[in-house]
Amino acid sequence: MATKAERELENIEKHIAQLEAAAGDNQEARQRLSALHAQVAQLRRQIHSQCEAWQKTELARHPQRPYTLDYIERIFSDWSEIHGDRSYADDPAIICGMAHFHGTEVMLIGHQKARDTKQKVYRNFGMPNPEGYRKALRAMKMAEKFKRPVFTFIDTPGAYPGLGAEERGQAEAIARNLREMARLRVPIITVVTGEGGSGGALAIAVADRVLMMENSVYSVISPEGCASIMWRDPSKKDVAAEALKITAKDLTELGCVDGIVPEPPEGAHADHDAAAALLDQTLLKHYNDIKGLSTDALLDQRYDKFRHMAQFFKEEPA
Amino acid sequence: MAWFKRTDTELEVSPDTKRVRTEGLWVKCDGCRQVIWKKDLEENANVCPKCDRHFRIDARTRLELLLDPGFKIEDTGIVSTDPLKFVDVKAYKDRLRKAQAETELADAILNAEGTIKGKPVVVSAMEYAFIGGSMGAVVGEGITRAIERATFQRHPLVIVSASGGARMMEGVVSLMQMAKISAALARLDEVGVPYVSVLTDPTTGGVTASYAMLGDLNIAEPGALIGFAGPRVIEQTIRQKLPDGFQRSEFLLEKGFLDAIVHRRDLKDYVARALDFMAA
Repeated sequence: MATKAERELENIEKHIAQLEAAAGDNQEARQRLSALHAQVAQLRRQIHSQCEAWQKTELARHPQRPYTLDYIERIFSDWSEIHGDRSYADDPAIICGMAHFHGTEVMLIGHQKARDTKQKVYRNFGMPNPEGYRKALRAMKMAEKFKRPVFTFIDTPGAYPGLGAEERGQAEAIARNLREMARLRVPIITVVTGEGGSGGALAIAVADRVLMMENSVYSVISPEGCASIMWRDPSKKDVAAEALKITAKDLTELGCVDGIVPEPPEGAHADHDAAAALLDQTLLKHYNDIKGLSTDALLDQRYDKFRHMAQFFKEEPA
Repeated sequence: MAWFKRTDTELEVSPDTKRVRTEGLWVKCDGCRQVIWKKDLEENANVCPKCDRHFRIDARTRLELLLDPGFKIEDTGIVSTDPLKFVDVKAYKDRLRKAQAETELADAILNAEGTIKGKPVVVSAMEYAFIGGSMGAVVGEGITRAIERATFQRHPLVIVSASGGARMMEGVVSLMQMAKISAALARLDEVGVPYVSVLTDPTTGGVTASYAMLGDLNIAEPGALIGFAGPRVIEQTIRQKLPDGFQRSEFLLEKGFLDAIVHRRDLKDYVARALDFMAA
């Protein structure tokens, strides 16, 4: 839709150029033509901002975008994965493990997507079952016990809405993580690397620092889901994406994230190494900011942050 | 020749009085399809006297059923500022105004302080009639204030959920309420104050995936729909019809996620009894 509008704009510009050639020295015509130029530029900006949210959604879901393991490989060393929730199964949609970050022992937790069909099915498209969240909590508790900071990587369309997931308590698993993360006695840093899909993302994203990659999105519902519920028309996904305010810039303005991680000019998918290097720098900066805090100060700051986040109401006398 | 002959003239009936007005007097039960006299239903706490189906009730009625008379309503007058300036086929602002007019509430939450059988409690009741009981910044703040009041006063907390989940029209703002409320519940837990979560029909999405599942006791009314994803979303994902009773209270009890299913008429007694155990 947007590209069609852009093509039309290009046509109009061509016409203007032809008219310019024909106008010659006529001052009045020249003035009018320059006004038209300004109008075209204005329209282009409008189109661009209107589809920006949807473009970012597509970038966030780009099949060549680096996934959690791609970043781990580039930023951390001595990665050693741990499996299983100790009560039902191991969920390959969330990975956990020990690693070194600039010489510090850390716990890494993240959603994991995949590129080929077989792997995609194995990873369940990055949509965790309750076991995934319980495994993540187990890893966090272990980090807490041995006083190691936790880094989490968010990239999921959402928690899996399946029959088994409901039977095994998807809601309970997410709820418990939210409460336990709020009081976990070690630093937690989260980065939304791709898709931040609602409760399925938040369940490992209650952190001291929540960062978003420049081309990532974070939302309460997918644009498609919102479009089919609110507009009863899934093709309105670009309008819904815009209305939902899901880009890193939007969330920063709403005060729901603590920072944006820059990406290489073409986007993270174009250059994994450069994207990882930029993320590495940002993670290190934020980790250095909070690593010296006492546990009590850390927990108080975390609580105050979420307590005063997203306070969009006013009080009227009863 | 007629056998009987009318001796009187015809009765004069004006068209106004001719119709018997029964609208609003009778209700058809969705459970057993029987017609019930509305007054019978109301006297039975809006539970079908024939099949025990629990009808949805509004937040105020809920408070009246649960609390002793003389409770105090709190935290009124908090209203949404429409953070996303959200407009779909209708403006969110208009949806809010309409819901406010219909329910006479500022949003989908009603907080109160009072007693249950003489024991002081803080209660938060959700209003399903207000945009599906959805949770935005106002519901998030209301629930958090109730939790903080319970924490500060060391009074037990009861939250009665009835909600479709996060409020889409407030986008990520509604999502963050889940973190905010859960963080407050962690602090309530630290000070050892009891929290009873009551799940009523329906409790789904972000409400189930945060405070509704975090009670010291999670109890539900019979037959309530409780889940994370809505039944339609699951059907679309697995491309099958869901079995009967899936995501109902009885199913959740069987799977181990509820402590008890309690009939509405016994709810107050049950909570009072639980508070005896939990509160010193």
